[in-house]
Amino acid sequence: MAGAEFETPELSEYIEVPELVEGTMEHITCFVAKPEHQEDLGFPGEKVENWKEVAIDKMGDLLSRYRSFQVFMDACVKCGSCTDKCHYFLGTQDPKNMPVGRQDLLRKVYRRYFTFAGKYFPKLVGAVDLSEEIIDDWYSYFHQCSQCRRCSVFCPYGIDTAEISMAAREILDSIGVGQKYCNEIIGKVHKIGNNLGLPGPAIADTLEGLEEDVYEEDEVAVKYPLDVKGADILLVTPSADFFAEPHVDGLIGYGKVFHEAGVSWTLSTKASEAGNFGMFIGSYENMRRVSLRIREAALELGVKRIVFGECGHAWRIAYSFLNTLAGPFDFLDPDYPVPQHICEFTLNEIEKGTLEFDKSENDDMSITFHDSCNVARASRMGDTPGGQFEIPRKVIKAVVNNYHDMEWDTIHERTFCCGGGGGLLTDDLMEVRVKGAKPRMSAFKNVMEEKGVTHLAAICAICKSQFTKVLPYYGMDMFQIVSVHQLVSNAIVLNRKTPPEEAPGYGEDDDE
Amino acid sequence: MAIEANGKTFETDEEGYLTNLGEWEPAVAEVMAAEDDLELTSEHWEIINFLREYYEEYQIAPAVRVLTKAVGKKLGKEKGNSKYLYALFPYGPGKQACRFAGLPKPTGCI
Repeated sequence: MAGAEFETPELSEYIEVPELVEGTMEHITCFVAKPEHQEDLGFPGEKVENWKEVAIDKMGDLLSRYRSFQVFMDACVKCGSCTDKCHYFLGTQDPKNMPVGRQDLLRKVYRRYFTFAGKYFPKLVGAVDLSEEIIDDWYSYFHQCSQCRRCSVFCPYGIDTAEISMAAREILDSIGVGQKYCNEIIGKVHKIGNNLGLPGPAIADTLEGLEEDVYEEDEVAVKYPLDVKGADILLVTPSADFFAEPHVDGLIGYGKVFHEAGVSWTLSTKASEAGNFGMFIGSYENMRRVSLRIREAALELGVKRIVFGECGHAWRIAYSFLNTLAGPFDFLDPDYPVPQHICEFTLNEIEKGTLEFDKSENDDMSITFHDSCNVARASRMGDTPGGQFEIPRKVIKAVVNNYHDMEWDTIHERTFCCGGGGGLLTDDLMEVRVKGAKPRMSAFKNVMEEKGVTHLAAICAICKSQFTKVLPYYGMDMFQIVSVHQLVSNAIVLNRKTPPEEAPGYGEDDDE
Repeated sequence: MAIEANGKTFETDEEGYLTNLGEWEPAVAEVMAAEDDLELTSEHWEIINFLREYYEEYQIAPAVRVLTKAVGKKLGKEKGNSKYLYALFPYGPGKQACRFAGLPKPTGCI
C-alpha cells in the first residue's frame, strides 16, 4: 500500500542550511496505540478525560525524578547553536524541527505551570496553557525526533533533546496517547521475548537453516546454539538479526567468529532481543522490564559473559544503564567487560591472532562506516576514549582492502542519524524518514563520487533497515547497506575443521 | 477500514492488514494486489501460499532467509534471493506479501 505522496529532497554537495518554511511537517502524525497495546505497558488505554491535569502532574513527576530534565527546561539561552544541527530540520525546513523549536514545545508549558514568571506573567516569558493543539503538536513533533543527540554535541549547555523527547512521549503515554509502533513492539517483548514476536520454534528453525547454509558453503559445521545451559557466552542481539537482510549476514558472521575463537556461546529465546524500545518512550519501568529478561536468561543459562550484537540503542542501554537497570552482574566473570560489544570481542580475537582473513573476498566492495547515533554519542566501547569510533573501523579494516571515511563533520560524534532511529522506523512516518536521511545520504553520495565507495556498513539494526528503505528514494540501491560482521563473515577463513558427525542433518534420512 | 472481495466485506487495520487472519480467502489477496497495481501470477501465489503454511506452523512470518531458501528449493536457485522477491513484491516480501497473505504485519527493527 503506497504511503502519502511527498517529494524526496535533492542531494547537494554541501549541507546547506535551508530557508525556514513554517508548518511543512505539521501534517505528520503516526498511528496511535490501541488500548491493548497501551494497557500491556501499564498506560491508560485511551485518552483520559482529565488529560490536562494528568499531563501536568506527569511533567511535575518527571521534573522531580530527573534533575537533568529540569536543567534542560531552564538552561536554554536561545543562542542558536543547535538550529542547523538536526537532520530532520535540514531535510524538512520546518522550524519546529530545529532542536530549540522542538524543546520549546514542551518548555512553554513547563514555564506556565512550573516557573514563577510563567505563572504570573506568562506572555512575558512565552508561557502558554496546555491545550488540545499543543498535545497534537507534541504527538507530531516528538515523533519527528530520533533521539540521536547530535544537537546536544553543539549545545554549549549540553541540553539533550533526546531526553526532552523521551519525557514528552512519557507524558503522552500517561494520558493514554501512545504511539502504536513502539508500544505494540514493547508489548511483544514482554509477552514473547522480542520486537518481532518470533516464538522460540521459529528462532530455532531459522538458526538451523543458517547452520545448513554455512555448511553448504564452507563445509564447516559452525553452530548457532539456542538456550544451551552452561555456555560461556550469552549473545544478545536484535531480533532483526534472525529475520531481515543484511542483518542476518551479520549474525552468520558472529557465529563464525565464535567458532574460530573456540568459545562456547549461546543465544536465548528469553533474551532474544537486544533492542529496548522502553528507552524511546522514556519509560523507566518498561525499559527495566525488558532489561530484566537479559539478567534472567544469563542466570538460567549459567553463562559467564554477555556479548551484545550489532544494535545501536541496545548498546547505549547495555553500556550505560544495564548495571543499574538489571544488575548487579556479580555472577559473571569479572575478567571481561560487562557487557561486551561483538566488535570488541572480534577485535580482541584479531589482535590475539586467532582469526585469519582473506580480505580479497570483499574486493567487490569499497566500504565506508556509518557511526550509529546511540553508539557514537551515548556510549563508549573498549577501554579508551573514542573506542566506539575506532573499534568498528579497526574490525572493518582488518577484513576489507578498500575503506574510506565520509566527511569529518558527518562521522564520529558528529555523525548524522540514519533518519529512522528512536522509534520512527515505521511506514506511517516514511516522509519523515526519507527527508531526515538527506544529510546522511548526501555524505554517502559524496564519498561514493569522490572515493569510489560502494557500500555503507553499520552496527545497528534500525540503521540497516532504514537505509534499505531510503537508499532507493535517493536513486541508490537497497543492497548498498551491509552489516559489519557480514564483511567479517565474507573474509574469515574457517580453519577449525569439524568432524563429519557435526554436520547439519548428519545421520538423518534425506527425505527431500 | 475494510475491503470488498468476492461480494464480502473484510475488516482491515489502519495499515491495510486483515484484522482476522481466519477470514482470509484468495480473493482478498487479489483485491489487495489490484489496489497496489499488481497482478498476481503463479509466482506470487507460490510465495503467498508458503507464507501461510509457515505462519500456520510457527505463528510468525518466515525470516527473509528462510523464505528465499524455500523459494530457491522450489523454483530454482537463481530465484532464491531477495532481488527476486522484491521484483515480485516491490514493497518488500515481508510486508507486502504478508499483507496479501492475510498475515499480521511483521514489527520491529525491520
